[in-house]
Amino acid sequence: MTYSVKRLDFDSMQLSQARHPEQGADAPVSKDAPPHGFTTAPCGGVATAINGTEVILKTSGAVHVPAEGALLVADLHFEKGSAYAVRGQLLPPYDTRETLTRLERAVAACAPRLLVFLGDSFHDGRAEDRLAADDAARLAALASGRTLVWVVGNHDADGPRALPGEIIDEMTLQTLVLRHEPRPGVQPGEVAGHLHPAARIAGRGGRVRRRCFVTDGSRIVVPAFGAYAGGLNVKDPAFGPLFAGRPMAAALGTDRVHAIGWKSLVGD
Amino acid sequence: MDGAAPPSLLPQRFVAWFATRGWAAREHQLAMVGKARGGRHALLIAPTGGGKTLAGFLPSLIELAERPPANGPRGIHTLYISPLKALAVDVERNLMTPIREMGLDIVAESRTGDTGVSRKQRQKVRPPDILLTTPEQLALLCAWEGARGLFEDLRCVVLDEIHTLWPTKRGDLLALDLARLQTLAPNLRRVGLSATVDDPDLIREWMGLGEGDVDLVLGPPGPRPVVETLVSEGRVPWAGHTAEHAMAEVYQIIKRHRTTLVFVNTRFQAEFAFQELWKLNDDSLPIALHHGSLAAEQRRRVEAAMARGELKAVVCTSTLDLGIDWGDVDLVIQLAAPKGAARMVQRIGRANHRLDEPSKAIFVPANRFEMLECQAAIEAIAENSLDTEAPRTGALDVLAQHVMGCACSEPFDLVALYDEVRTAGPYRELSWEDYESVVDFVSTGGYALKTYDRFRRIVKGADGLWSARNADTVRRHRMNVGAIVSPATLNVRIAMRGNKGGRKIGEVEEGYLEVLDPGDTFIFAGQVWRLVGVTGVDVLVSPAPGANPKMPSWGGSKFAISTFLAAKVRRMMSDESAWQVLPTDVREWLEAQRDRSVIPGPDEMLLETFPRGKRHYMVVYPFDGRHAHTTLAMLLTRRLDRLGIGPLGFVCNDYAMAIWALKPMDGVDLADLFDEDMLGDDLEAWMDESFMMKRSFKACALISGLIERRMPGAEKSGRQVTFSTDLIYDVLRRHQPDHLLLRCARADAATMVIDVARVGRLLARVKGHIRHAALDHLSPFAVPMFMEIGRERAPGGAADMMLAEAAEDLIAEAMS
Repeated sequence: MTYSVKRLDFDSMQLSQARHPEQGADAPVSKDAPPHGFTTAPCGGVATAINGTEVILKTSGAVHVPAEGALLVADLHFEKGSAYAVRGQLLPPYDTRETLTRLERAVAACAPRLLVFLGDSFHDGRAEDRLAADDAARLAALASGRTLVWVVGNHDADGPRALPGEIIDEMTLQTLVLRHEPRPGVQPGEVAGHLHPAARIAGRGGRVRRRCFVTDGSRIVVPAFGAYAGGLNVKDPAFGPLFAGRPMAAALGTDRVHAIGWKSLVGD
Repeated sequence: MDGAAPPSLLPQRFVAWFATRGWAAREHQLAMVGKARGGRHALLIAPTGGGKTLAGFLPSLIELAERPPANGPRGIHTLYISPLKALAVDVERNLMTPIREMGLDIVAESRTGDTGVSRKQRQKVRPPDILLTTPEQLALLCAWEGARGLFEDLRCVVLDEIHTLWPTKRGDLLALDLARLQTLAPNLRRVGLSATVDDPDLIREWMGLGEGDVDLVLGPPGPRPVVETLVSEGRVPWAGHTAEHAMAEVYQIIKRHRTTLVFVNTRFQAEFAFQELWKLNDDSLPIALHHGSLAAEQRRRVEAAMARGELKAVVCTSTLDLGIDWGDVDLVIQLAAPKGAARMVQRIGRANHRLDEPSKAIFVPANRFEMLECQAAIEAIAENSLDTEAPRTGALDVLAQHVMGCACSEPFDLVALYDEVRTAGPYRELSWEDYESVVDFVSTGGYALKTYDRFRRIVKGADGLWSARNADTVRRHRMNVGAIVSPATLNVRIAMRGNKGGRKIGEVEEGYLEVLDPGDTFIFAGQVWRLVGVTGVDVLVSPAPGANPKMPSWGGSKFAISTFLAAKVRRMMSDESAWQVLPTDVREWLEAQRDRSVIPGPDEMLLETFPRGKRHYMVVYPFDGRHAHTTLAMLLTRRLDRLGIGPLGFVCNDYAMAIWALKPMDGVDLADLFDEDMLGDDLEAWMDESFMMKRSFKACALISGLIERRMPGAEKSGRQVTFSTDLIYDVLRRHQPDHLLLRCARADAATMVIDVARVGRLLARVKGHIRHAALDHLSPFAVPMFMEIGRERAPGGAADMMLAEAAEDLIAEAMS
């Protein structure tokens, strides 16, 4: 067996080369580039436009909308670990604090005026009651000095009871529509979660699977943010009704977001 | 041995029975009866075909024949444990012969995963006198609330093929259940049946309750096997693993024998060899294929045809290392090197299950280094010196499962259970701290953050005893018993209209098809198929007869060469007088190496450096097995990177490793480069991030009961479980790096997958003994390495985890 230690030339994967926003957002990224482009953003992540609104897809899995000072995250699934514990599987009880730590870091990096949770913020209807006091306090602190909006999803249909923030079904932001579950057909500007998209890439050395954004420039599905949230391969038929053409996946790397052409993606 | 046992050991009825069969009881069989009369635990070591199973059962048959009629229902008298369920069923059948012919009033029944529910229920209510079962079924019975009633009359437990079980996690589980049985039935006698092993004392320690309480009984050694190497004069390939060059000769050999077992080391090799033989099969010889990926029915059909004596040859993997006796096998062929002497002896023993005739075997080396390895194996077998094992330390994830099982059966006392567990061989040294943390893990998950107190799986009652939380906890435990974690598998089905799956032709591990895309053709179950697609857990295929199959090629063997054989190969290589037995082309190759580079001394490790093209190479020959080499190469490249050498890649096989870099490596301080301190921080940093740690963690999480194999009501495919255990691993590692399961996973990865101990011994051995040859060109020894570079695609999660592991890490690096 042969391995490369470095400089792995990745036959089937096109990494978006570091380009400054000034260099323009319209240069094609790869041979099967979609009709939209990605550029690296100064504070990490890649910049692109969704339905004409500029957004930055962050390495953390959050979407930053600079014009509105807004940060959007999907599918936090707080207290998923304890949901399993209730049923007898004692998974490590650290998922909520892990998710919170990541969230605090993402918020600190962008200092948003508006923080939007795109639904399924709690893993189940009783998750809020199981929150440890210090975790609840950290969560509440995220709402101070900014507007916190809970878009409600299928796991948390009623939204939080004791925690601060506004609870809504969907909202608009510039040309964007924020909701939990993506709707079939053409939905210009829709930013949604729910599906937990994950990209799988085959290279010469093997395969790698990562959470990802998936977008065609008109709409976007955001990766799950929660530490214990699993992923659904973007090749799954569930994504089929959302995109007329071939979308592009933007996979979360260790400290970069990688734009990946549809041809390079493989199913599970 | 005790010498001739007095004839009075056997009741008249038994003597007469032996006489009607034209036999007399063998010495070791009588010795086992003697041990039983004396109330002693005993380990019988005898080659296959020596009446070993009967020796194990004879004392029980006598006791049962002599015991007074019962005035009430009785529990099980003798428990027989086999590593294979097929073996349990077969032994049940064989046992019926003496019982029936002597007219004994004894009920013997098997109980396996295939036994029907009603029979299982009845066995609990009215237990048979002799129950034949597997370690997993025993664990289930021990976790049953009626375990005490079932086992309190138990007098004897027979552990068959114990040499294959004891150094594994299944063995750990079995040892713990033995301890449990001994508590329920204090007069229980333990009987072990084993093939020839290097050090019987290790098994005696494992199966006993304490120091020296298991007597050793040796069967007759049987004639030495006749083993030869197939010397394909002038045609031994430089590299490769398939022995393709020798297939025509192998076919002719098969033709000349009655029945041949053709052993290979991987499923790929099995498919390949079967295909090649079939191409040559102008005589339409009945040749079959047997490996773990084939559908169970298909395997059963092959076994049945074999039992009826209808087959000329079976190409098989380790699935047939053990199992039912087939008297008609007169030859064993090993394609590609055997990798270990003990496994080879086991395989050779599959030929001629008769004591008076020697078994016959032929090795077919697939390349030149393997030619050396086969010679070394033949010498080892002739000297009867086999690979040694290390004493077993019981795994804590298995202990966690056992503790839960005990709580499901009946309330336990914390201290009493600790004392009981320490009577099990692998757990004799278990510290109270470790035991406590296991019990805490079972109860609350063992987390520093104490949030799960209200979700305890076992609870302490007012009487101070621990028991399972509720019926649901018990039910869930029973669905997850066992220490075998098989990789997630997909069903291979023939594609029907509408992309639906038709008849199932087998199962493959997830990684098997990684390198194939829809439309590609490949060999499976001995036929050529076209991959149609994968839907959920089904791989859909359509027949593609005559198509030229694309071969997913996976390295050589899934086994790495044993330490013992490797040492023999090194010695043989350094001793020119030993080269005489080798074919001319291999001898010339060794001579060329001597003239153009160096043949290292027996205690030396050769290290060559040379430029080639625009790159600089370092080729090292430790002969320590692929796993150890891969680990070492990973660590060396980290160091070379820090030294600014710019390593670009490496390749490993069982004998050597090659690293290539931007800058020359001649000037590197080799003593420093190979210093043992690389096993410190470098290793830990590399390991914790690695794919195989995640793999080990998943196995430990399943065995310990942290996650469930199959959640009731929510079927999950193996893939999703893989994904979520990785997430759990990442979170746990950040928040509680010393958690019990992370300790378990590290220990497993270090021993099983990356062979850290072996790397450590390697580094200690070569210290001050590195023989550096600075060359200006490639050496003859290096050629096989170069033939492997770039020729094979890395295999995703396929046969060799290690390789997949490396690939995953490198991709991760490339992506970051």
